[in-house]
Parts: sequence; C-alpha cells; structure tokens
Amino acid sequence: MAPAKSETLLQINDLDVTFEQSRGDLQIETAHALRGIDLTLGRGEVHSLVGESGSGKTITSTCVIGLLPMPPGKINHGQLLFKGRDLLKLSEAERRKVRGREIAMIFQEPAKYLNPALKVGEQITEMVILHLGMDKIKAGERALDLLEVVGLERSKRILKSYAHELSGGMKQRVMIAMAISCNPLLLIADEPTTALDVTLQLQILKLILKLKNQLSMSVLFISHDLGVVYNISDRISVIYAGKIVESGSREDVFSKPLHPYTRLLFLSIPEAGKGGSRLRAIPGSVPDAEHIPSGCAFHPRCPIAEDICRTEIPRSRNNGQGGAHHTAACHLIGKKWPD
Amino acid sequence: MAGLIEIIDLQKHFPGRGLFTGKKRKVRAVDGVSFTIAKKSIFGLVGESGCGKTTLSRALLYLDPPTAGSISFDSVRLGELRARELRNFRRRMQIVFQDPNSALDPKMRIDRSIAEGLINNGMAADRREERIIELLKLVGISPAHRSRYPHEFSGGQKQRIVIARALSMEPEFLVLDEPVSNLDVSIQAQIINLLLDLKEELSLTYLFISHDLNLVAYLSDTIAVMYQGRIVEQAATEELMSRPLHPYTLKLFSSVPGLKGERLLPDQDIEDGKSRGPVNISRVPAGGCPYFSQCPEGDSQCTESALELSDSGKGHLTACFKINTGVL
Repeated sequence: MAPAKSETLLQINDLDVTFEQSRGDLQIETAHALRGIDLTLGRGEVHSLVGESGSGKTITSTCVIGLLPMPPGKINHGQLLFKGRDLLKLSEAERRKVRGREIAMIFQEPAKYLNPALKVGEQITEMVILHLGMDKIKAGERALDLLEVVGLERSKRILKSYAHELSGGMKQRVMIAMAISCNPLLLIADEPTTALDVTLQLQILKLILKLKNQLSMSVLFISHDLGVVYNISDRISVIYAGKIVESGSREDVFSKPLHPYTRLLFLSIPEAGKGGSRLRAIPGSVPDAEHIPSGCAFHPRCPIAEDICRTEIPRSRNNGQGGAHHTAACHLIGKKWPD
Repeated sequence: MAGLIEIIDLQKHFPGRGLFTGKKRKVRAVDGVSFTIAKKSIFGLVGESGCGKTTLSRALLYLDPPTAGSISFDSVRLGELRARELRNFRRRMQIVFQDPNSALDPKMRIDRSIAEGLINNGMAADRREERIIELLKLVGISPAHRSRYPHEFSGGQKQRIVIARALSMEPEFLVLDEPVSNLDVSIQAQIINLLLDLKEELSLTYLFISHDLNLVAYLSDTIAVMYQGRIVEQAATEELMSRPLHPYTLKLFSSVPGLKGERLLPDQDIEDGKSRGPVNISRVPAGGCPYFSQCPEGDSQCTESALELSDSGKGHLTACFKINTGVL
C-alpha cells in the first residue's frame, strides 16, 4: 500500500558518474558507472534499487551520502535534490553536517564498517556527540536507549564490547543503532542482509520497517535479492548497466513488468514445485562499465531487440501500459514475445 | 532403488580448547548423520551457515576423514580402503565449490587446470588435448579460449570451468557446495540449467548443498534439513514442501522472502525480534534436541533422552520428540 502521492524527500536527476583508471600501458580507461540515473524517493517511503553486481547500485548510494572517491570517480552532471537542496552544490563542511545527521547508511558487512579497535559504545556515541552536541553521560544514556530500539539487551556490557565479540546479527543491529542515532530522514541500506542467514535476515528486515515507521524515515534499499525487495518495498527501480530501466510501485513492477530485463529476471528465479523443467536463463552476462553496448545496453541479451535498440538509447516512458507512475526505458514496451 | 551413497551415523568432531581456560572441548560439527542417495538422483541439503553442511560434504569425500561412522560408495565402505584404493574411488566422486575464484589457480591457464587430473591419471598428451576440448564444449566454453587465464573469464564462466574440471575424471557423483551462491541472478539460471543437462547426459548423481531453500526445492528429489550438525527433517521434495513438520524447518520456511502474498509487516513484537545469539555448538547435550533452546515447542522432555530420526509416514523423517510422541 504505497502512500498516495507523498512529499518528495530525495530526487536524483540525470546523475552521471565516470571512473578513470590507468591501465598498465599508461592508457586511461574510462568506465561509465552511472549513465543518467533518475530516481524519486518520497517521505516515509521504502524505495528499492535492484540490480546485479556492477550495475551501479552502490555507486548511486555512495553519491547520495557523499562518499564517492574523487578521483578516480567523477560526477559529470546531475542533481541530488535533498529536501529541495542540491547536495552536489554543498561544501564539504556542509555536506558533513548532512551525512550521519540527516542521511545515514548501513552496509552489507557490518564487520568491515565497524572499527575493530573501538568499543561499539564509543562508536554509537560518537555520532550523537558530534551531531547533537550531547555530553558523554547523556550520550551513554542515548546509546543504551538505542540498543533497546534495535532489539538488543539494554546493557552496558554490549557497549563495552568490541565488534569481534558480537555475532553477525548483533553487529548489524549495532550498525543500525549508529545509523539511526540522530533520527535521520533518509536511511540508505546497502544490501544489509546479504551476509546474514535467512532467519536473521527476516528479523533485520522487520526491524528496518519498524524503525522506518517509528522515526518516519525514508529508506533507499539496495539489493539484488528480488524476494527481499518484494517483501519490503513501496516502490522499485531496476538498474542495469548504470541506468534505471524500470521504475514503479511494487505491485506494478512485479505483476506486470514492462522491461524485458525485468521480465527475464523474474523468469530466471527457481520456484519450488516447478522442478524438472529448465529455468529461463538470460543469455550472456552483465556488460562491464568500460564496454557499454550502444543504444539500449540490454540489446545484446534481449530476445525482442530490433534495429532501433542497437542505435538509440531509450528514454523512460510509460506508453499507456501499467500504472500511472510505472515507467520503463525500452523502445518496445508492449511488444509480443516470441514464445 | 539402489543407493549410490550410503552414510550411516557419520560423525566429525574437531578438538578445541577454551582460549584462556585451556579446557578441552569437542566441537561436534557433524553429529550422527545417516542418509542414502539414490543413483541418478539429486539429494538437497539445506541449512544455515555453521550447521555443518560443508563439513559433512568434506567428510563424505574423505577429504577430511570422519571421526566415526561409515560411508559406502557403490556398496564399498570407504573407511576400509587403503590409500591407493581410495585414490581410485576419488575419481568417481568430485566436488564443485562455491567460489570459483579461489577454486582456480590464477597463475594457471585453464586448460592446464583441467589437465592436472588427467595427467595424474596417466592420460597420453594427444588424447588429453582432445578430452579438454570435449569438456569445454560440454560446459559451454569456447575451446578457442582454452589457453586463457582465469581472470579473463566472468564469474559464471569460471564456474563452468570448475565444473569441466570436476567432470574430467568422469565421476559418477558430484558434490555441489553452494555452486551458484556467488553468481548474479541472471547467471545462476544458466549454471543450474547446465547442471541439469549434465546430469541427464552423463547419468550423474548430485549432492546439492545450499542455504537457498527455493533453489534446493527446485532441483532436488529429496531434501534434508540440517541444524547444528544433525539432520532434523528429511523427505521427498514435494512431501517436505507441502507438509513441513519440524519446528526448525517451519521457521526456516517462513523466513524465506517469497514472491507472493502481502508485504512484510514491521516487527511489532520486540521480544520476537530479540537476538538470542547463536547456540554454542559444543554446549548442546549429546542426546537431546539441538534446537531445544530456540524452539517454541520445547520443554524438559526434549533434553532428556537421545533423539533419532523417525518416520512420520510416507518416508518423511523427523527428529523431534514432540512429533514422535504425537504432540505436534
């Protein structure tokens, strides 16, 4: 039940990012990581960005939080409108005030992002001391409250532990506690459950949804797992080779996908009870960012591609198919499939 | 149906010591597992990380000889073989690992990687060349690329090469240990199709290990659910999917994010979401139910006596006191 026409919190317009890498022979190779990303995230919404590895999901999120390494990364053009303000025009000092305070992020491997040499309590309190100007005693109280909020025991023992003393699920909870410590407006969750077992994954997903409601946050959820995305999203954007190829409400995208890539992705998921038959695999593999095919980047793998797909980059459009806010970047929306 | 693989009461223990106390502790990574894999079937093994899936598969192939129990391959007990005889048997059973990057030597051309086994088996050079080309064609890699190095291939292609190498010895039995977990969704389906084709073409038997329940259910004829080193439930795929019985299986099934039904509800009940932390495997009582401390149905009865798999009808095996005594 997507909230009807909500206020926009984050709007990404035509974001274009390249990476320049020097190869062994002193040649500079340019990787086109993002080729004009458009994405709108409403207040209180869970918007999922789905794609395969190397498609540009994580680059998009690092741009939003302002951690894109530059160089080698380079933002060529585009806008990141957060509450109407373009984040790309802010100074580094202003950016730092937004990062952690209004936009927070959790990552796939909490073990990699928690400092192994600091107690987790120090890491949680660092944020509130820095951004909210609390003193150490108040911050300690706040850290205990936060543990409770993320479903851990309200104990000083946990605050005094180091990351390696906690289990994977606990580490992810601690990282979530850090992320929400300043009541951010936007939480970026970059594959937060990929490294976890299914039973733990479910707990963490439910926790993220609970916090989203309690703190009225918006969530930009990044994942490659269609099952997870189906279960938590309001809206879904599918990204392929640095471009959003389809975007719409969860119901629209899953019930009537418009883009051939989305349709094929759904068909390639094994389903219990359909054993014995072959899966419908997508031929070929994801192009790397140095060699994006001409026209529609998906055309070499697409079963219905025509001449126009090889030459012209398709624009996002609706073509009267699907719901009102359901768009796809395909020249041939609605074309019949061979079988 | 004849069983190609028969495992009876397999145990694999690792010695351990407390870090500071120096007290001896035994980790029972695999703790009394028995099953039979029928010829030309796919046996699926599901479980979460740390439950002993991989230890079981390594013990099964005698890569890490088991602590106790017997393994029969084609009615021959592997434990009774001498080293040389075991080597001959190894040819007939191979393993494909999760990560093709670490399974292939980055400094070795792929045809050399595939040739290693053939050389060890004394195949003549000209015949070897033929065989490598044959194998690469079989897994859908162009033989023209045979002198390339692993980094020149994508993840899916590398996994194909690993599969080709595993098939070089003409095995009858393959252990597939999470063979597609590291691959993208669109590539996973390609590899799964390849594995299904190869099974038909070469009359193979698979032990398919994965944490992905949907995938295991899609592929397997029989599924065993593993928890803390033991099999807690085992049945034919259709039977298990339509009538899961064990509390752990139920929890596992309900945790898998499906593509049907309503959206996930936020976690209302804090208690439910509270992490109880992993159970220390060495503290589980030898006889009782390993799932006891997490189980919503558990009571004192569950820890008292030894637990065994028993049939709940239609060959549906469960290891649960509550089911066995008809409470559940």
